[in-house]
Amino acid sequence: MKRRDFLKNAAVFVSGASVSLATLEFFDPQQLLAANPELRWGFLVNTHNCVGCGFCVKACKVENDIPLEANVTRTWVERYVIMKDGGVVMDTPKGALNGFTSKLIDQNRSGMKQVADEEIAQAFFVPKLCNHCDTPACVQVCPVGATYQTKDGTVLVDRKWCIGCGYCIMGCPYGVRFFHPEEHVADKCTFCYHRISNGGNTACAQACPFGARQIGNLRDPNDPVAKAVMNQRVGVLRDEYGTKPQVFYIGLNKEVR
Amino acid sequence: MRGHVWRPLLVVIGLVVIILVARMFYVPDDFGAQDRGYTFGFHRLSNEQEWKDYPAKFQDSEYCSGCHDDKSEELKGARHAMIPCENCHGAAFDHPDDPEKLIIDRSRDLCLRCHSALYMPSSGRNDIPGVNPEEHNSGLECAECHNPHNPSLEEM
Repeated sequence: MKRRDFLKNAAVFVSGASVSLATLEFFDPQQLLAANPELRWGFLVNTHNCVGCGFCVKACKVENDIPLEANVTRTWVERYVIMKDGGVVMDTPKGALNGFTSKLIDQNRSGMKQVADEEIAQAFFVPKLCNHCDTPACVQVCPVGATYQTKDGTVLVDRKWCIGCGYCIMGCPYGVRFFHPEEHVADKCTFCYHRISNGGNTACAQACPFGARQIGNLRDPNDPVAKAVMNQRVGVLRDEYGTKPQVFYIGLNKEVR
Repeated sequence: MRGHVWRPLLVVIGLVVIILVARMFYVPDDFGAQDRGYTFGFHRLSNEQEWKDYPAKFQDSEYCSGCHDDKSEELKGARHAMIPCENCHGAAFDHPDDPEKLIIDRSRDLCLRCHSALYMPSSGRNDIPGVNPEEHNSGLECAECHNPHNPSLEEM
């Protein structure tokens, strides 16, 4: 055989073999479905619509039995004020349980700060809640299997199984977890699992008069949340952590952390 | 093998057996790697149902209009129609059975959640009529002049 023929035949054989190998691979439909189930809860926040009334925070606390006056909350609203000189101030008094009623911005140790209206370039509210990440850091660090992710994507805590070690509270890059002062276990937003699983809406989304919060099924192409995530310019928080958060924000600024 | 090897070895084996037997009783049958695998789905499966059974407190405005259709009719077209009933009237729970009466939040602070004037140029807050709570009839409840179901003073 000539060298030229050998190379030619080898090229034909290798390309032919690789094609046939690919076609021989069978997909198990169940495996594919498991990787892409029909239901994946996702959340959409439209920051343009949020007016900082804090009804969502109050509703969440009542619905989920989080003590109203305790300094913990499953969801909260942040106020960002960006000044014309580039400075950024931000606060969330009591997690906005009672809304934002004052122009004074709580700056912790440096006291209350008021920014004059004419100095403000941008000012807006950003509601925060658990991102129910696709690869949740908090679940990975749980040593006892007390926190986990369901098939439909929600991250929950088994209150009977949690030993209260606090790893998950430290592990969450978004700071959405806390110790429940009465249950004495780690606690977090459940996307109101008891409501959405029974055909309802989350307490926060329902309480919002302005439609700033929406829950939906990201796998359903006709779902308004899925549509917005696909067609609009949405952002997520702290993408660089690789947790693949599933709470999407319309109108997210780089100043928001 | 001699006794001084066997005896501690038996103690260790015994301990391991005791721990394994105790684990058999203590760990529920449905505990293990579920749909999301060992990394993200290692849990007690029945806990998902326990969360689904958590009692809901809020109903929704449609539930309210089932009986109070006169009120929801009155609200229609008013600028406050977008606000869910339970935001001011409180969570319904099993009303009218339990509780029989809901406690309405008529406080000034409730109104100020939206109507305290803040300069928020990139937020919907700027489109809402706002007052300075210290200057605008301080000490009076808002509901003394404004009807919460139809707050416009001209239409009263």
